[in-house]
Amino acid sequence: MTEMPSIAAAGVAVTVAVFAAAAAVQRRTGWALLNPVLVSVAVIAGMLLVLHIPHARYEVGGRLLGLLLGPAVVALAVPLHQQTPRLLARGRSIGVSLLVGSAIGILSGLGVGALLQVPEGVLRSIVPRSVTTPIAMGIAERIGGIPSLTALLVIVSGITGAVLGPGVLKVAGVRSRTALGLALGAAAHGIGAARAAEEGVPEAASAGLAMALMGLLTALWAPLLLWLLSSLGVL
Amino acid sequence: MSIRIHGRCIAEYWRALLRLAPGFALLLLFWSAGELISRRVGLPVPGSVLGMALLAAALRLRVVPLRMVEPAAALLIRRMALFFVPPGVAILLYLDVLRSEWLALLLATVVGTVGVLLTVGLLQKRLDGHD
Repeated sequence: MTEMPSIAAAGVAVTVAVFAAAAAVQRRTGWALLNPVLVSVAVIAGMLLVLHIPHARYEVGGRLLGLLLGPAVVALAVPLHQQTPRLLARGRSIGVSLLVGSAIGILSGLGVGALLQVPEGVLRSIVPRSVTTPIAMGIAERIGGIPSLTALLVIVSGITGAVLGPGVLKVAGVRSRTALGLALGAAAHGIGAARAAEEGVPEAASAGLAMALMGLLTALWAPLLLWLLSSLGVL
Repeated sequence: MSIRIHGRCIAEYWRALLRLAPGFALLLLFWSAGELISRRVGLPVPGSVLGMALLAAALRLRVVPLRMVEPAAALLIRRMALFFVPPGVAILLYLDVLRSEWLALLLATVVGTVGVLLTVGLLQKRLDGHD
């Protein structure tokens, strides 16, 4: 037990150092696929595998960094507060977009998963993957998924959204800054919000709002839609 | 003579830290209040999101001054992506599930994510008369 603090410190130090390097590489190259989260996860997971370090040892420090997600979500109250008038003016359109987006997120994940005959517990873990980790894990627990698998799928969604988002939306002809931020926050939660923040303040604020509302809407939609689908005999 | 790191003296770092401290304390306070209420009442909303709503309300009602939380909040939001790295490394725990289901999980995730991106982006573009 006496070595715990040094294990924790090593985990934190490695994560911060690798992330800083990955972020610097992306700034230099500007290449979307070199997303810092994606690169850091690949490098650290590779290091643990090659050096035969058990994941539990890394997780001692990893959990400490993960703890900061709680206050980070609370911190989103600040951009929300600053952009309230701007966002209230668009209240109805934002509400409708996210209400539909949240349902599409649940149904599309379920649809593809069911088509490919994923086992029931895994299928339910896919449902809340568009929303921020603590909410997603809470929803997964409630609807009979595997919370930690959901946490992983949340990260994969976040990286996918942050990498593909700006390109996909450009091709689709979406140029509005509010729409870009909303879509990134809705599809890719915190990782999308971090990507949106690179574009500017309006994008960051709408991404933060989208992330929060998607969390709430998905928490309400998921049990309802699953109940509906199972009582219709689809699931 | 004072010790310098990156051309700034220790006192400057100390001041920066002090400037962040009340904000961090408030964020932790609202987070724990959110967790407490969420658990006691048995809400489906996680504590952090409830904490965000409570803090937004407190800022609106001027119970909490914006300049007190702003530096700490900005720092956490700017570095938010970092906090997702450890949960991502947990992929190592799922290598056996992934070995059989990785393609299905990846397809479901990518299709779902692009689905949400397009739905929200296009709907917002169509509905919003402002820009």
